[in-house]
Amino acid sequence: MMRAASRLSLILARVAFASAVAALAAAPLLLNQNYVVLLTEFMSMLVLAIMWNLLAGYADIVTVGQHAFVGVGAYAFFGFTALRGFDPYLSIPLAGLVALAIAVPAMVLVFRLRTAYLAIGTWVVAEVLMLAAGKLDAFGGGSGSSLPISIVLSFGRARGDRLAVIYWLAFALAAAAMLAAYLLLRSRIGVGLTAMRDNEEGAAAVGVNITYARILCFLGTAPFLGMVGAIITLQKLRIAPSASFSITDWSVFIIFNVVIGGIGSFEGPIIGTMVYFVLRQYLSGLGPVHLILLGSFSIFTILVERRGLWGLVRRMLGDDLLPIAHKPSPAFRANALPE
Amino acid sequence: MLVPWINQLLQGILLGGLYTLFATGLSLSAGVMRFVNIAHGDFIVLVCFALLVLTTALGFNPAVATLIVLPFAFLLGFGLQRFLLQRVVGENVLLPILMTFGLSIIIQNGLLEGFGANTRKLSGGWLETATVALGQGINVGLFQVLTFITAVALVAVLDLLLYRTGIGAKIRAVSDDVAAADLIGLSSSRIYAVAMGISFVTVGIAAGFMSVWTNFDPASGPTRLLIAFEVVVLGGLGSLWGSLAGGIVLGVAQSIGGQWDIAWQTLAGHIIFLVVLAVRPQGLFPRYG
Repeated sequence: MMRAASRLSLILARVAFASAVAALAAAPLLLNQNYVVLLTEFMSMLVLAIMWNLLAGYADIVTVGQHAFVGVGAYAFFGFTALRGFDPYLSIPLAGLVALAIAVPAMVLVFRLRTAYLAIGTWVVAEVLMLAAGKLDAFGGGSGSSLPISIVLSFGRARGDRLAVIYWLAFALAAAAMLAAYLLLRSRIGVGLTAMRDNEEGAAAVGVNITYARILCFLGTAPFLGMVGAIITLQKLRIAPSASFSITDWSVFIIFNVVIGGIGSFEGPIIGTMVYFVLRQYLSGLGPVHLILLGSFSIFTILVERRGLWGLVRRMLGDDLLPIAHKPSPAFRANALPE
Repeated sequence: MLVPWINQLLQGILLGGLYTLFATGLSLSAGVMRFVNIAHGDFIVLVCFALLVLTTALGFNPAVATLIVLPFAFLLGFGLQRFLLQRVVGENVLLPILMTFGLSIIIQNGLLEGFGANTRKLSGGWLETATVALGQGINVGLFQVLTFITAVALVAVLDLLLYRTGIGAKIRAVSDDVAAADLIGLSSSRIYAVAMGISFVTVGIAAGFMSVWTNFDPASGPTRLLIAFEVVVLGGLGSLWGSLAGGIVLGVAQSIGGQWDIAWQTLAGHIIFLVVLAVRPQGLFPRYG
């Protein structure tokens, strides 16, 4: 039986979560432009964290090459809008589709490798795509290109309107990513993934189709990463191989955030991204020390509490913020052996 | 017309020697401990900076400095495995990857904080500029030849160590079955630490040659890791002699790619790797046929 006090704090936590989502939806109406820019960045990082966690935390695919698909999305968005003159709004999902199209051959190659080899394999693929992007003359070669002003203005003539529109796009993408992750984890495949997270061989033995689940995850995350690339391009207003395919920004920070927040949980990426933005306000002035501290925190987390900050909080709350797990009925619990 | 290409082929083979040096330590730790140290390249660069301090501040010759560094490299690898990595090895494949990834970022930024972002290089003195004339206008660097010979010798020594000595037998036993090895009284955590120490000695040797051969800066580690990794996978996982073949393939690919168009040097290496991965994922010389 769950204690009344922890049930109350769980309800409070869920109410706080729901209010936060409602407040974030209305953010551009409530906050000044600087915060809207910051929150847009938060939403992009959140999507990346959710996707990385889905792969590393559940599907056993640790990638160090997530930035590849962000970069592909950024370049595709630039190609569709600046070079082909497509509708800018339509170009965002199209950028996601291009990322998906690149993910298929990438997957065929890297899935020949396992675990750490796979991790570095994704890194090689990202490196190849970045070097190849630098050879595209139409995209400005190695130094990149700026997004034409007309495309920027199509998202709003006044700066405030434009920032609000871009924010809402990022918010919608984050909401969709969260919903997709939630539905996936609640589904039959998600139960299989959770079983894989806990014990891969055991999951295979009871009939979880591991290969299918891994393919679905790898290909499912790619369009989201590509669309993040498009939104990031709208924020930065330019593409360049080193910035659009930035391993530090779109892979290293993300990995640290998820590890610190809590890998293999729905809430972990959210908490990790929040902690990252709070820490950044204080640490970004420190230069390299910022990354040294984040790296040390994440190693410390691995040694002390593998489920991260959320693992610590969950011990106090006694349940997940969002009910991901399917719970056994009370009758089943009564008959079950004590843990 | 043919001479420049033959020249590039030779240079590529010699470059393969350096790449083999990068890879042997990774091949050893991957073959024995079944995990890949993502910070491998950063440790090579870390030792390069240690050599920089020894040669510039204390005035040692690079060869002497490398010999001084090797015992410390062994201790670093031993300690790293014993006190940090051993805690996460075995039970969960995710944790060692994340831990060594964290180490990689810490080393890169620690070096950046300590030494700044400038590119560095050690001077090899007369050895660096000495060449061997092979006729037809083809010259190869003496230092490059020496590097290649060292790589072959290192692979041979490690092969003997693993297959002809007592500690080698213990390392292979633990690698094959940790539980069974523990059962017959081998201390697997200690043997892992020794293997990692040996792996780090090769890191030290690689750093000695790399610091004279090429420029390095605090962010050079990942490139070296990717090369070492590609060499290991090209050669066949856990195969030491395969690493030599993998190193040569990669070196030649880069060298020929660079001769064709200098901008394609790095990309050519990666592409060869991906092609081999696509058609022969077990590598050129898999250990288990």
